[in-house]
Amino acid sequence: MNAFVAAYLTQDGLANGAIYCLLAIALVLVFAVTRIIFIPQGEFISYAALTYVALREGHTPGTVGLLLALVAGAGFIDLLREGFGGLVSVVRRSLAPVGLAGLAAVSARFGLPALVDLLITVALVACMGPLLYRIVYRRIAQASSLVLLIVAVAHHLVMLGLGLYFFGPEGVRAAPLIDASVSLFGVPVQAQTIVILLSCAVLVGGLYVISERSFYGKAMRAAAINPIGARLMGISAELAGETAFLVAAVIGAISGILISGATTIYYDSGFLLGLKGFVAGILGGLASFPLAGIGAFGVGLLESFASFYASGFKETIVFALIIPILLWRSMAKAR
Amino acid sequence: MTTPGLLLDARQVTVRYGKIAAVQDVSLRIREGEVVTIVGPNGAGKTTLLSALMGLLPLAGEVAYFGGAPMRAPSVEALVRAGMGLIPEKRELFTSMSVADNLALGGFDRWRRGTRDQADDLAEIYALFPRLAERRMQPASTLSGGERQMLAMGRALMARPRLLLLDEPSLGLAPLVMRDIFRTIESLRARGVSVLLVEQNARAALKIADYGYVMEAGCFVLEGPAAELAHNERVIEAYLGVATADRTPAPAVPL
Repeated sequence: MNAFVAAYLTQDGLANGAIYCLLAIALVLVFAVTRIIFIPQGEFISYAALTYVALREGHTPGTVGLLLALVAGAGFIDLLREGFGGLVSVVRRSLAPVGLAGLAAVSARFGLPALVDLLITVALVACMGPLLYRIVYRRIAQASSLVLLIVAVAHHLVMLGLGLYFFGPEGVRAAPLIDASVSLFGVPVQAQTIVILLSCAVLVGGLYVISERSFYGKAMRAAAINPIGARLMGISAELAGETAFLVAAVIGAISGILISGATTIYYDSGFLLGLKGFVAGILGGLASFPLAGIGAFGVGLLESFASFYASGFKETIVFALIIPILLWRSMAKAR
Repeated sequence: MTTPGLLLDARQVTVRYGKIAAVQDVSLRIREGEVVTIVGPNGAGKTTLLSALMGLLPLAGEVAYFGGAPMRAPSVEALVRAGMGLIPEKRELFTSMSVADNLALGGFDRWRRGTRDQADDLAEIYALFPRLAERRMQPASTLSGGERQMLAMGRALMARPRLLLLDEPSLGLAPLVMRDIFRTIESLRARGVSVLLVEQNARAALKIADYGYVMEAGCFVLEGPAAELAHNERVIEAYLGVATADRTPAPAVPL
């Protein structure tokens, strides 16, 4: 391998690492707040990528119908819980997602600019996060981590099947947000790589500032640090759970759009990406954001170089990484 | 049914862990402006009772809050909103966050509902506990036991509760610090905060309380005005002892 190849692999590894970093942060956040190992995180990626491409191509994506179904389902459950006195708040909560679904249909019909499609896609997938929390997890929020994990696996399989139904087995690739390449130290760098890295930095920085400075961010951190203490302050587990899922969905949606400009995305691509984010998250014991971030770039680089030396074993090498990490963590704990 | 000035009216409350009743058929009332205490040995069910009254554990029986109708399985959040506060035995602080953030979060629910006077409340808390003001930028994990208790009290007061449930506020504190804490509890009355105080240190608790209950093995075995309880022979024998230095409660006497 010469320096040129190494630089190229590094560039590729960093771009993927940035995506894994975002996913790892989402996984750590959801786990810290709700104790759910959020296997369906990857589905937000494929849903976002496929929704975005469908909108660009002028189809109404199936996710629009799914969003409406989720709104109806969550509204129905809320009515059962709160009685008809809750009707007003149910309707009020449904207005934004329903409007968004309408907007998506309009965009598919008349072809709005790419940036609008991008925003619609992120908003559409973002709305799904809290709705899924309310439908799938709210009732069993106090269950053991194992039960939550099993439900998360089932949730993932359902979303995977729906993805196949909505989008079919064909892969899609979006036009890169900026199609250009610049030369850095004699190595061509794809503009999309820079876009991915910058977006990752902005998102991570933004999340950090929100969690440190805003009152809602502090409340989320409090719920993660001490759930009982948070409840005694009136920060309900539901509010924290819905917010964590909202953030996870936004992160997934943005990751999906970013990566769809760099690689082909199928209905099941998100799962593998999410798992790699999970490997990174494990490095920090699903508790440390900085360690998860470092782990993510490690995973990205390892994968990239493994694909050069032993492309057939690329995935094996990445997932085998989890064994020494778990050994190290449990030995550190035993001491 | 509803009585003005009655903050808490619990009737025949039973709390179970599986088949075991940790609290059985307990009734208690707290009126506005009162400090009521529950004393008793370790494991009598005092903490369980407080947790259940705060909505953290399911209970059987009738509990009416703030003169309203009895509520069935109220949520913690609804009770916080209604004006209940609990300072748990373990304090449950946000350890890796600063003292200032811990206090600010105490006012989260009121802030979320649109009130914006938290800065005044914060200034008041700092005046009440100057030690917290000195340490406002430190993480809560670096505080001493007494400071943690002050922070837990300050954080709870930021929510402007009408009734504060205190679980073993003196646990693990040095005698001097303990005296400060009890003085603060007494001062709460003047701030319009009523108190339900659970304590192993029966002597100190009965000294500041208006009314008291003695709890043993999940049941109330005695109740009455605190001054009378403090002179009750059985209470003296079991909980107050002859020597004041002995702070560990004697084993419960069968009734």
